[in-house]
Amino acid sequence: MSTNKNEKPLKKVCIICSKGTIEDVYATLVMGNGAVMEGIEAKLFFTFFGLDAITKKQMNKLHTGTVGNPAMRMPGGLPFPTILGILPGVEAGVSSMMKKQMEQLDIPSVDEFLEMITAGGGEIYACKLAMDMFKLKKEDLHDEVKDVLTIGEFYEKVGGEEGTQIIFT
Amino acid sequence: MEKKTIAGQSVNLNNEGYLTDSSQWNKEIAKEIAKEEDIELSDKHFEVLEFLRKIYESGDILTIRKVGKSGIVDIKGLYKLFPGGPLKISSKIAGIPKPSSCV
Repeated sequence: MSTNKNEKPLKKVCIICSKGTIEDVYATLVMGNGAVMEGIEAKLFFTFFGLDAITKKQMNKLHTGTVGNPAMRMPGGLPFPTILGILPGVEAGVSSMMKKQMEQLDIPSVDEFLEMITAGGGEIYACKLAMDMFKLKKEDLHDEVKDVLTIGEFYEKVGGEEGTQIIFT
Repeated sequence: MEKKTIAGQSVNLNNEGYLTDSSQWNKEIAKEIAKEEDIELSDKHFEVLEFLRKIYESGDILTIRKVGKSGIVDIKGLYKLFPGGPLKISSKIAGIPKPSSCV
């Protein structure tokens, strides 16, 4: 509830996701979905490794990195030694635990999440430059992706009214 | 908290207009609150409202995904029924607290 009359409510968010880990992608999806649920226009732009989140082959196989993450804990709260993270299967195990925890909170899979966002009027875009780099075609992307954009075209979509924010996850 | 008379019945509302006691709710109150949100309630709306109340009473977390899987309406349909706040506005009309889940 706004108490200050000069406060402008948020009308539009543009969220940019450039990384493909579970936490980066879900931060983007939760914010995008949260926006449309609040009646805020949402445009999601996936670039570089974030493209995994909208690539049919990869989207439901995202992982959390187990190396170089000082906030990683063992079940029970003990620190997670980085050296463990390099062992085969550890990253997959940790990632599947993360997904299980999210499922318990009724957080959907990536493809279902994208469908929820577009059902609410949100729009999903892919970055042309990163698509070219990774040799991806529009057909490789999930059906909910509306378009492949250059950065100029993205800024055109952002433009306009007061109450617009660009968020980098 | 404020006391207000809606549809001839005295109810307690919080500062955002949500009923603080869901047992004070009835269909007439729902229609009045919906009017303030510019929504005219159809049978479909009421099916959703009853579903939301059932979830709330069971103590489960209310999410938009649960409504989408209820068989009553899909998520797109839910946005059409309650524009601009599929879960927030519907909960207000259903006489239950504002949803506290992030999905």
